[in-house]
Amino acid sequence: MSARVGTSHGPRRQREVRDRARLPAGEALALGALGLRARRVRAALSALGIAIAVAAVVAVLGIAASAQADLLAQLGSQANLLTVASGQTFDGHPTPLPTTAETMVGRIPPVRAVTSVAALTGLTVRRTAAIAAIETGGISVLAAEPSLPATVSASVLRGRFLDAVSAAYPQTVLGYAAARTLGIDVLSATTQVYLGGRYFVVVGILAPVSVAPELDNAALVSFPVAGSLLGLDGGPTRIYLRVDPDQVGQVAAVLPFTAAPDQPEAVEVRRPSDVLLARIAARTAFVGLFLGLSAVALLVAGVGVANIMVISVLERRGEIGLRRALGARRRDVAAQFLLESAMLTTGGGALGVGLGYVATAVAAHLGHYRLSIPAQAPLGGLAAALCVGVLAGVYPAARAARLAPVQALRSL
Amino acid sequence: MRPALELHGVSKVYPPPTAVTALAGVDLAVYPGETVAVTGASGSGKSTMLSLLGTLERPTSGTVRVAGTDTSTLSDSRLSGVRAWHIGFVFQQFFLLEHLTVLDNVATGLLYRGTGAWGRRERAAHALAQVGLAARARHRPSQLSGGERQRAAIARAIVGRPAVVLADEPTGNLDSATGEEIVALLAGLADEETTIMIITHDAGVAGAMRRRIHLRDGRIVADSGALS
Repeated sequence: MSARVGTSHGPRRQREVRDRARLPAGEALALGALGLRARRVRAALSALGIAIAVAAVVAVLGIAASAQADLLAQLGSQANLLTVASGQTFDGHPTPLPTTAETMVGRIPPVRAVTSVAALTGLTVRRTAAIAAIETGGISVLAAEPSLPATVSASVLRGRFLDAVSAAYPQTVLGYAAARTLGIDVLSATTQVYLGGRYFVVVGILAPVSVAPELDNAALVSFPVAGSLLGLDGGPTRIYLRVDPDQVGQVAAVLPFTAAPDQPEAVEVRRPSDVLLARIAARTAFVGLFLGLSAVALLVAGVGVANIMVISVLERRGEIGLRRALGARRRDVAAQFLLESAMLTTGGGALGVGLGYVATAVAAHLGHYRLSIPAQAPLGGLAAALCVGVLAGVYPAARAARLAPVQALRSL
Repeated sequence: MRPALELHGVSKVYPPPTAVTALAGVDLAVYPGETVAVTGASGSGKSTMLSLLGTLERPTSGTVRVAGTDTSTLSDSRLSGVRAWHIGFVFQQFFLLEHLTVLDNVATGLLYRGTGAWGRRERAAHALAQVGLAARARHRPSQLSGGERQRAAIARAIVGRPAVVLADEPTGNLDSATGEEIVALLAGLADEETTIMIITHDAGVAGAMRRRIHLRDGRIVADSGALS
């Protein structure tokens, strides 16, 4: 009964087994695709529901990842930055650290780089002397060392940073926000600001410094100029240091005693990357909620697909009866409808991944983020779509398989 | 000679609420090469007999043999195998799939044997030529006339060279002239391997078959007799 019989047609391997019904997997897939092609509009509309839900999943994950990407990149390179700041007096002015503090901190073995700034109080920075002194714009004046950009990984947006010339002449470098406040965008040889009662040439503008936001709103001058022209007479008010990444904790523990042996309790040690962590948390706070909403959308779309498949089974009773008469087994009929449903939602899922990429790219462009979509987003989206398709197809497929052939054939 | 189809004491009682006895202890043997017409009034059990012979339903009691195989012990999946290999169906409503070409509709007759796509199409083209429809291979069913559709359906039934072709009112949706052509075509398909059995209430159709069986209330009341 079960002897193999050659088909004698074409070069294909013998697949027929006499008296046995069989449907190769490839043929079953083709049947599923055929069912979808036969009802294009309906298939496209129900796939669209899945596509929108999957697009939402991909976009939520993609936008969150893109929003984090730049911060995470900074976090990686900024985690070993520490700051030492002095306390403040009762009137809010920072009290200087000992003048020896920077040297002492630089001697801690795991410290790789160190630089300091000193706040100059009571000075205003204005575009010209004609502007009222009360309009300070909230810009502070800091004395800084040439090593500052390298230590805090700040980049110079325009012009250059303070150099040897700046040590002898009234030159200043503006923080990003300070430059915007003063309305300075392009630098020329004559770009000046009125700083502490005299004009300073603006030689550079810094890009935003996420780990040291206090620099963004400052006008930086060199220590010698601050001493000679602006009356700086104390030590630094803040020290920035880069530490061996493995020993950040240990260094932080000894910093107060090293920087200010007399008053260690008045010293504040900070790890600015904590600020980045907080920002990342803020930007991704609603990801869970939106993902949940996307999942609900996917569920609703899945119910829609199940509904369409049930209707399809009812409409195609004749076809089901015919296929049973031609030798289809229950499982062949079930496979046909299950595959149809799975292909429908997977197709929708693929479309959704594409839409999600587009949405993420648009959002990243508008938000000035770097486009970054985690691999889990498209893969997860497709897997979710496939699962929904299988779940939505199980009941209709079972109904189709259970249909008695005679009943199915008489239904027309 | 071994019968192509055999019924032994076959009864079919439908479950409540109808509880109709559609067949009551029918014995029948049909031999290869026969052309048989089954006639009878509505409700006489014709369609039930066709369903039982076609293994689309199981009898309440008795045994059904198709091409020598006792179908009563076979699983549902093995019954599908019997249909795929030994039985071809022709229906009153044609049951052609509109989204396939005529050629692919005919090729579907071999789909559940596991035949490859090339082999299916090759044999389908041959079957279409047999029913005189070779020129229509690339058309859609809706582009065919009623008679041509039934020819395509007949090609699908014979594409696998089954032992038995069971036709349920094959002329029911056709005008009489076309119906006669179809019956002549069916009758001409019978050979030493293939048996043709037509269910009809049309005396003209029945007259074209060599053997005529008349059913009443689930019993055979007249049988013009087997060839052998």
